[in-house]
Amino acid sequence: MRAVIAEDSVLLRIGVVKVLQTAGFDVVAEVDDGESLLKAVEEHRPDLAVVDVRMPPGFTDEGVRAALTISRQWPDTSVLLLSQYVEERYAADLLATRTGGVGYLLKQRVADVEEFIEALHRVAAGGTALDPQVVAQLLVRGGPDPLHRLTPRERDVLALMAEGRSNAGIAAELVVSESAVAKHINNLFAKLDLPQADADHRRVLAVLRYLEQGQS
Amino acid sequence: MNIPSSVRRLTGAVAAPFRPQRLRPQAGFLATGVLLHGAALLLWVWFLLALFSVPAAALVPLVLALGSVVPRTWLQRHRFRAYARADIPPVTAVAGRYDLVRAWRRMRSGAYWRQFAYHQLAGLLLGVAEAVALLLWVGGAAALLNYVWSWPLPLHWSVTWWLWEWGWLLMFGGLGLLFAAPRLADSLIRAEVPVALRLLGPSRAEELEQRVDDLTERRAETLAAADAERRRIERDLHDGAQQRLVSLAVNLGLARATLTDLPPDARRVIDEAHSEAKAAIEELNQLVRGLHPAVLEDRGLDAALSGIAARAPFPVQLRVDLAERPAPAVEAVAYFVVSEALANVTKHAHAERAEVSVVRRGGILRVTVTDDGVGGADPHAGSGLRGLRRRVASVDGTFGIDSPAGGPTVITVELPCVL
Repeated sequence: MRAVIAEDSVLLRIGVVKVLQTAGFDVVAEVDDGESLLKAVEEHRPDLAVVDVRMPPGFTDEGVRAALTISRQWPDTSVLLLSQYVEERYAADLLATRTGGVGYLLKQRVADVEEFIEALHRVAAGGTALDPQVVAQLLVRGGPDPLHRLTPRERDVLALMAEGRSNAGIAAELVVSESAVAKHINNLFAKLDLPQADADHRRVLAVLRYLEQGQS
Repeated sequence: MNIPSSVRRLTGAVAAPFRPQRLRPQAGFLATGVLLHGAALLLWVWFLLALFSVPAAALVPLVLALGSVVPRTWLQRHRFRAYARADIPPVTAVAGRYDLVRAWRRMRSGAYWRQFAYHQLAGLLLGVAEAVALLLWVGGAAALLNYVWSWPLPLHWSVTWWLWEWGWLLMFGGLGLLFAAPRLADSLIRAEVPVALRLLGPSRAEELEQRVDDLTERRAETLAAADAERRRIERDLHDGAQQRLVSLAVNLGLARATLTDLPPDARRVIDEAHSEAKAAIEELNQLVRGLHPAVLEDRGLDAALSGIAARAPFPVQLRVDLAERPAPAVEAVAYFVVSEALANVTKHAHAERAEVSVVRRGGILRVTVTDDGVGGADPHAGSGLRGLRRRVASVDGTFGIDSPAGGPTVITVELPCVL
């Protein structure tokens, strides 16, 4: 698996590169702004691009815009955005352009190396990894009424599902059996009136679509 | 030599008017006054003459008199500053392009007619007084020097014999006039300054208005400066300390993940350091968010508030309806209000849920925070609510709290969108 990284803070870039290498990625390019990132992706066609949101020259959302361009032009390259703060609309923008291979995490999550490596693999394989804070914000936006019908445990499951976890991952996180997780998921799909979907990332999208609908 | 102070005061008083540095401004004040006020007199004469012969022609001096108010005021302001050491504050200019509309609006202001009255009415009296004072000087000098100028005159001129006979009397008279002239000039200046200040400068109300405008502007600048400073500190922390900490935590995390064959003691130390680093990042995040969150600057209130709402330990419903972004300082205050209000709810209200609404209607940003907690919040008791009130007052906002015992509590804050 080949990866490129776009991050203007040298210290953090070195750290992320080390994590990527530990995770078994071959880091083919290290750049520090959006334009060089697009050039690097065009040249190397990597499996994964790890992108900082705030980069030169404007230090606002260069990374998000570069990620959207990558999604449109090179759909085979998965994108993992790293940010100092999470803004759920960046996630919504990204999820509107592609069905999987997307991640959006707080920078400090890199420090939890094992979890971060898991997220890297999930995104590179076409799955999703959303920061719990993004999911929390999405739940805030979603409007309370249908969500109100969920039990607290079902809300936890929904949140972990939205982050991109598998049933096994959710079971481990909540310390319950996988079959219990599957039961919760079936219940909440029923409560939220969502059709069952097969792939894991489809579940995330379904959840997000539902949450987006709740906004409008 | 030791001169008693009373004597020095006496000689000083006698000599004072004759000190050359006093003479020049006095003479300048009188001469320019005679010229400027004389022009007003000429306009009157012209106007009256025309009115009684060709009435239509009276329009010309009238227009001249009305049209020259501003330049004449300008000249008078310089005259008072140069010769009377009096600063006449300028009247706030009417804004707009130089055209008839602007001229009309200026003519409708009270200041314009006060200035006109000074030039065309008070000017008559003042001009006469100034001419008299000036004549005192000229006459005094002429009388004092009568032997000098009457000497070359032919003897058969009927006046000169009289000058020869009684000239010494004239000399004394002249000396007296020369003593009196500077005093008269001084009193004239002292009498005219308040008149000019009253009529040419802004009235008390206008002055206060101007002062309020100035203070408002200065406060807006101060707020913007404080806001910019907060943002600078936020950015420094963001790009400096925070990145270093994250990088440190990443390296410790890597060590934890890769160095699996370490002795248990070393592992524990690394584990502890790793959690410490993560805790430090979280603390720094909290601090930065309290200062001025980056998301507020980049994406505005909606995005920043959804972050706060998501972090609250109870469900918060958020509604933000903003057609355009308010001034940065106002955004910061609104953010602070919601953040502090939700922190209060978390600490004291025992609420199950809360609602935050931020709506812009015209120039007013209305922020409402409602919770279903126990109520009974006293705006004068806690420092949190007092801080809120103060922060809101800093941008001229209004703060209201309704919190009956048993709840619910509603905080309503209205902020002007532009400072």
